[in-house]
Amino acid sequence: MTVGIVGYGSYIPRRRIRLGDIAKVWGADENAFERGLELHEKSVPARDEDTITMSTTAARRALMRAGIDPARIGAVYIGSESHPYAVKPSGTVVAEAIGATPDVHCADLEFACKAGSEGMFIASALVRAGEVEYALAIGADTSQGAPGDALEYSTAAGAAAFIFGRENLLATLDAQTSFMTDTPDFWRREYMHYPRHAARFTGEPAYFKHTKGAALALMAKVGATPQDFTFAVFHQPNGKFPMRVGRELGFSRQQMLAGWLSPWLGNTYSGASPMGLTAILDVARPGDRILMVSFGSGAGSDGFIWTVTERIREVQALAPTTRTQLDERKLYVDYGMYAKLRGKIRMGE
Amino acid sequence: MTTPSAARLTREYPARYRLEGARCLACGEILYPRRLVCPACGAREFAVHRLSSHGVVKTFTVIHVAGSAFKHQVPYILAVVALEGGGTLTCELTDLVDQQPEIGMPVELQFRRIQEDGEAGVIAYGHKAVPR
Repeated sequence: MTVGIVGYGSYIPRRRIRLGDIAKVWGADENAFERGLELHEKSVPARDEDTITMSTTAARRALMRAGIDPARIGAVYIGSESHPYAVKPSGTVVAEAIGATPDVHCADLEFACKAGSEGMFIASALVRAGEVEYALAIGADTSQGAPGDALEYSTAAGAAAFIFGRENLLATLDAQTSFMTDTPDFWRREYMHYPRHAARFTGEPAYFKHTKGAALALMAKVGATPQDFTFAVFHQPNGKFPMRVGRELGFSRQQMLAGWLSPWLGNTYSGASPMGLTAILDVARPGDRILMVSFGSGAGSDGFIWTVTERIREVQALAPTTRTQLDERKLYVDYGMYAKLRGKIRMGE
Repeated sequence: MTTPSAARLTREYPARYRLEGARCLACGEILYPRRLVCPACGAREFAVHRLSSHGVVKTFTVIHVAGSAFKHQVPYILAVVALEGGGTLTCELTDLVDQQPEIGMPVELQFRRIQEDGEAGVIAYGHKAVPR
């Protein structure tokens, strides 16, 4: 049975901080981040934006493109490592806000940066199995980096939502796979505000091993080579890693540019490769094939192959595009405001 | 100001989360939030009316001295938004980029955090206006 995406949407907060403003505070070399990691600025959530609010707006935009009654959505999955509640699902709020309750299965997922693609994996499988007519999967995060840590230069905020179905598809899901091992490259213990990471161990044995493993397994599954794809998007912890893994696998820079958001967005964790996919769908044409590979520390990668259908032309303009949100109407904040917005200042009460 | 109780928030989900108001079946008046009696004609029967998320600023004020729950957010803008297709909503106007608030400004309503009952309490969600 053919399944795929019937609607997609994204959300990027308007606030930004330039990396130079972070480097200035900690006496770091701005150029090391600009050139070394290809990062320039990142999105910052306002005090009133969190995983639930961003997910809701992204889901509403996906509904605008899907053109379906939200009551027909039978499953809602939100992948994030920054759910506002430790106990109480984000998905219940989102499902209530979009009008999908009460006949709906709901779960919040966590797997570092690949929680969003986990939701996509499960949602598409439920639709394929005939358990539900439509399923909504969202990847969203307001990720946190400890003050002065390397992560503070990349952790950003954003959300991407996808509605899966069997008819009126704008992209078919041709194959999916998962590649996972127990690799402690990044973690956050209970009650800790900020995650810890294993520095360079996050690279070769974690990110590159798993993204390559998933991409190669996926292409082998359908007998494809990099040349068979119009676009490719990989998880984007910084600007450098996704371009390097793509190049080493045999993809050209041109194939990866449309979904490469991190230099000006930062790392939106669970939202990262899903948001890259939304940016690709915004410009894709019928017949285009897309390879998407996520990565979550811990560690694992989910991989998907999509083929864009004729319906893409009808839906692209029905909601704000990801690039428009990334490039326009930005509101820059300095480090002091950033620290306030991210709750990094200890208050007196 | 304290955050409404979880029970009250839940009762108000249709209005707070989905912008559900009421349309008077006798005279067509759009009410938000719902009322028991239509202020325009006195009728008591209504249909659910989902408000548009697009509208214009009807009037606004800038809050410089706020209640304790919002004291660290000043200055912020409170606006009355006239929505396309009827209905008005009083909410915060936020995310202005290089612009001043003005009457007639086109806005859209976005789902945002409104209030929280401290770090351990329930979070109230609802809608705020942002420039279109």
